[in-house]
Amino acid sequence: MLQYLGKYLLFMSSLFSRSESPRILFNRTIDEAILIGINSIFIVAIVSTFIGAVTCVQIAYNLDNAFIPRSTIGFMVREMTILELAPTITSIVLAGKVGSSIAGGLGTMQITEQVDALEVMGINSASYLVLPKIIAALLVFPMLVIISMFLSIAGGYVAGTLSGALSAQEYITGVRDDFIGYNILFALIKSVVFAYLISSISSFRGYYTKGGALEVGAASTAAVTNSVIAVLIADYVCAELLL
Amino acid sequence: MIEIHNIHKTFGDKKVLDGISGVFETGKTNLLLGASGTGKSVLLKCIVGLIKPDIGSVTFDGTYFTNNKLDIRQEIRRKIGMLFQGSALFDSMTVEQNIEFPLKMLSDMPKDERLDRVNTCLKRVGLENANKKMPSELSGGMKKRVGIARAIAPNCTYLFCDEPNSGLDPLTAIKIDELIKEITEEYGITTIVVTHDMNSVIEIGDKIMFLYEGKKLWEGTRDDIMDSNVDELNDFIFANRLMRDAKKVEEEEEEEERRRQG
Repeated sequence: MLQYLGKYLLFMSSLFSRSESPRILFNRTIDEAILIGINSIFIVAIVSTFIGAVTCVQIAYNLDNAFIPRSTIGFMVREMTILELAPTITSIVLAGKVGSSIAGGLGTMQITEQVDALEVMGINSASYLVLPKIIAALLVFPMLVIISMFLSIAGGYVAGTLSGALSAQEYITGVRDDFIGYNILFALIKSVVFAYLISSISSFRGYYTKGGALEVGAASTAAVTNSVIAVLIADYVCAELLL
Repeated sequence: MIEIHNIHKTFGDKKVLDGISGVFETGKTNLLLGASGTGKSVLLKCIVGLIKPDIGSVTFDGTYFTNNKLDIRQEIRRKIGMLFQGSALFDSMTVEQNIEFPLKMLSDMPKDERLDRVNTCLKRVGLENANKKMPSELSGGMKKRVGIARAIAPNCTYLFCDEPNSGLDPLTAIKIDELIKEITEEYGITTIVVTHDMNSVIEIGDKIMFLYEGKKLWEGTRDDIMDSNVDELNDFIFANRLMRDAKKVEEEEEEEERRRQG
């Protein structure tokens, strides 16, 4: 375990030695941001909308006390979405989609000697291939989380009003009630931490792939499972430290 | 000229290279010959710096490479072109982008000059109109040609080829071999080719180093190789029936000549 951690830390430090020029790094980061961001919007939108809808319906089902105002449903959907569902569920979905894609791509490049080709040219392959992915993830994940927040709350609105659990006015009142701005900052900090963990762990797994197609598949699976575990641990640590 | 001195490499308990020394001359096609698993590719990777030898050193034209300062190793690496066994073309790039890549990364050449150079290299390897093709659209032989074009694009001084004709039909394999030899002589570069193909030995081997179980057993030219008295090398050469027949014919002719002379 310690050996593994040491290897990971050495890998991280290797990203910053012999870096390419800022122009190349910028262009590569934009390319990666498009790949990670644009290609993930659809899945993030679907998951977020339905999670918001299901959360609203289930809270309404449990909250049948006449002394509790119906607007509490909107309030709870907002709090759950901002504090936990948007950053964490979005990151777990992205760990599956982006993490496996990063590990699979790097693993394939490794076993087909494309990484060696970069090294022979005198290019730091880790810096050239991995650093832009991590920077792009750090930039794009918070944006996806913000989209997720909006869509999740909107999904709750649609599900709540269509099912007759509460009126539109009650939902909006609940969503606007007792708003704490810091919670948004907390969610964005978490999304940055998760972005770093997912992109770096997946890159690490992919970059050190050895063997053939079977090992690339194994690296992708390991990238996803390791990233999800790291995200859940980090989620707890962030909650303890920041709330 | 590339010199290697006392190269040792061990993976776990397995000794892969055992004290290999030698000189690879400029303007010549130097072959590393041997059966599969004898350490040829590992030696090549030690020379280009992809694998660090446990003991030993590599010198490029008098400049020490192994364990030297990073900037000196980088400087040497920028003079190296390498053709990989599977060509190692970047999947996400077109042929043109693949060849342009080292120029873009390693030089300040303007875009139009880079494209001129790409077209010159493509013409040199006989693929004039393949600029916009993706690697997945190319045959094995075409991929090797693009790999060679990418290797020579930055005017490399040292060319390394890891089994350049593996997986190719005999005719295409000979064409790739000829292309490597022509480029070596035309540009006056130092070329090292890893191979286990006897056709390559006969076609392009100016200087041959035979490896067996991680050791250098024989070194010489293609003219000497048939007359070597190293059993392992003879077993390797004459494993092929065609080579055995050729040797038999040669021996019969020599016998006939001796009889005629009395």
